[in-house]
Amino acid sequence: MTKNKSKAYWKDNIRYLLILLAVWFLVSFGAGIIFKNFLNEFKFGGFKIGFWFAQQGSMYVFVILIFIYVRLMNKLDKKYGYDK
Amino acid sequence: MVMINSILLVRELPVQTWTYILVGITFTLYIGIAIWSRAGSTKEFYVAGGGVSPLANGMATAADWMSAASFISMAGIISFAGYDGAVYLMGWTGGYVLLALLLAPYLRKFGKFTVPDFIGDRYYSNTARLVGVICALLVSFTYVAGQMRGVGLVFSRFLEVDINTGVIIGMLIVLFYAVLGGMKGITYTQVAQYCVLIFAFMVPAIFISIQMTGNPIPQLGFGSEVADGSGTFLMDKLDGLSTDLGFNEYTEGTKSLVDIFAITLALMVGTAGLPHVIVRFFTVKRVRDARKSAGIALLLIVILYSTAPAVAAFARTNMIETLSNQPYATVPEWFKKWETTGLITFIDKNKDGLIQYVADENQNELVVDNDIMVLANPEIAELPNWVIALVAAGALAAALSTAAGLLLVISASVSHDLIKKIINPKISEKNELVAARLSSIAAVCVAGYFGINPPGFVAATVALAFGLAAASFFPAIILGIFYKRMNKEGAIAGMIIGILTMLYYMLKYKLGWFDAVLPCKSEWWFGISPEGFGSVAMLLNFIVSITIMKFTPEPPKNVQIIVEQIRIPSGAGEATH
Repeated sequence: MTKNKSKAYWKDNIRYLLILLAVWFLVSFGAGIIFKNFLNEFKFGGFKIGFWFAQQGSMYVFVILIFIYVRLMNKLDKKYGYDK
Repeated sequence: MVMINSILLVRELPVQTWTYILVGITFTLYIGIAIWSRAGSTKEFYVAGGGVSPLANGMATAADWMSAASFISMAGIISFAGYDGAVYLMGWTGGYVLLALLLAPYLRKFGKFTVPDFIGDRYYSNTARLVGVICALLVSFTYVAGQMRGVGLVFSRFLEVDINTGVIIGMLIVLFYAVLGGMKGITYTQVAQYCVLIFAFMVPAIFISIQMTGNPIPQLGFGSEVADGSGTFLMDKLDGLSTDLGFNEYTEGTKSLVDIFAITLALMVGTAGLPHVIVRFFTVKRVRDARKSAGIALLLIVILYSTAPAVAAFARTNMIETLSNQPYATVPEWFKKWETTGLITFIDKNKDGLIQYVADENQNELVVDNDIMVLANPEIAELPNWVIALVAAGALAAALSTAAGLLLVISASVSHDLIKKIINPKISEKNELVAARLSSIAAVCVAGYFGINPPGFVAATVALAFGLAAASFFPAIILGIFYKRMNKEGAIAGMIIGILTMLYYMLKYKLGWFDAVLPCKSEWWFGISPEGFGSVAMLLNFIVSITIMKFTPEPPKNVQIIVEQIRIPSGAGEATH
C-alpha cells in the first residue's frame, strides 16, 4: 500500500516537473534564442520581443515557475499525507 | 547656522571619506553578526544548525551567489556584448529552476552536510567520495581566487591602497567570520550583505533611469523613450548609435546560435551543480523550506539581474554620447581618473585630437574595461559622492559573501569528507571542529595567495568553473535521484571522463597549453566555445554513466531503498553525519 502510494506520488511529481521544465525551455532556449530573430519582428514598447525574452522575460518566468512548483508540491504533499 | 554648515559639509564630503564611513559601518556590522552567531558544533559549522528560515536562507543564497563578477563585471560585459550578454542573464538564473525542481528538495531530504557526502553515500563508495572531493576543490578554488582578486581591486580603487594590501585586508575579514562563525556566521552575515549589495546596485540604476528616460524603474526605463523629447525609444537609439560606429545592432549580438545555446545551458547546469550553492539548501529545516527558499533566492537574484541589462544599455548609450568624436582635451574628470588605473586607454592614432570609438580595430582609439561600467557609472552620470561610495561598499559585500561561502565548502570538503569520512572516521566532534577551522584558515591563505599572485588564467577560468561543475556533479546527482538503477561504476566513470574532457578542452582552446599558439575558433568542436563546452561534457558524462551502468551490477538493495526515501518529502530529519 505505502509502496503504491509513494509510486503514485512520484509519478505526479514527474508529471509536474516535465510540464514546468517544458515552459522553462520554451521561454529561454525557445523565445530567447531559437526563435529570437522571428520574435524580434514584433515590438512591445521599445523592446524587440525576442531580445526582451532573452534579457528580461525568461528571468521573470523562471521566478514564477519556482513559486508555481512550490504551490503544486505543497498541495501534492498534503494529498498524499507527506506534509507532516 | 551651525546646522546648515554641517549639512553642507555632509553634502560635500569627498568620495574618499564617504567610502571610509560606509565601508567602516558595513564591516563593523558583519563582524558583529559573526561574533553573535559563532558556531559551537560541527553541525552549526557545516549547516548552520539546520534551522535557518527559508527567507534568511534565500537572502544568504542570493548574496552567496552574486559575486564580484555579478556586481561589478556583468553589466559591463552586457554593455559591450549587447544581446549576447543574455547568456549570463538566462544562464545564471535558469539554473535555479533546475536546482529547485531537480536537486534541492531531494538533497535536503537526504540530510547530509556536503555534496561529496551525497556522492559517497549514494554511490556506496569512498572512491566516488574522493572523486567528489577533488571535483569540489577544483571548482571552488578556481572560483574563489577570482573573488579575492575582486576584493583587492575594489579596495585598491576606493581606499587607494595597494592591490595586495587590499587582498590581505579582505583575507583577514573573511578569515575572522568564516573561521569563527562557520556556516552559521556566514549565513547571517550574508543576509546583511544581500541588503547592502542590492541597495548599492539599485540606487544608481534608479537615478540613471530617471535621468535618461524619466522612468524610475530601470526594467521599464530601458524599454521607454529617451527623455530628450525626441520620441525615440532608447533601444532604437542605441541600435542606431551602434551601427553608425560599425558595430552590430545592440539587440543582435555576434555569437552563433549554437554557441549561445551551449553557453546558456552550461551556465544553467553549472549553477545547479556548484557545491557552494547546493550546500545552502542543507541549512533549512524541511523539504518544503528547501523548495521555497530556492524561489526566494531566485526572486532576490532576479532583482539585480533584471536591472543589469538596463544599466548596461544606459551606460553604453551614455558612453557613446559623451565620448564618441569628442575632443580628448575636454573629456570629463572621471575619464582622466580612470585612465590612471589603466582601465580606460586612449591612443590618438590619427592625431586629430578627437576620440574615435569604432568597431574597426585599426581605427578604434578607445579601450574601456568591462569593469568600469558599474564602478564609474555613478560618476559618469554625475551622481552625489555618497552613491559612488555606496557602490564600493556593495561591491565589497558581493565579493566577500561569495568568498566566504566558497571557503566553507573547501574547509568542509577537507575536514568532513576527507578527514572524517576517509582518513580518520573515529575523530571526535571537537577535533573535527578544530580541523574544520584549521582547514578554513589554510583555504583563506591559499585563496589569498592566488589573489596576490593571480596565475594568468584565473580570470579566464572563473567562468569555466561552471563547465567543471556541469561536467562532474550535475549528472551524478540527477542520476542518483532519478535513476534508481544507477551504480557506482557508472557514476564514477561519468564524473572522471566528464571533468577530464572539460579540463582538456579548456586547457587546449582557452589557455592554449597544447599548441604553440591558441587554436582559432574554427577548430572548436561543433563550433562551441570553451565557455559553452560544459554542456557537451555534461552530455558525455550522462552517456558514459548510463553505458557503463548497463554492463555492471545494480546497486545494493539498501541503496535502492535510500533512493526511494529521498523521493518522499516527509520525515526529513535533521542533517546528520
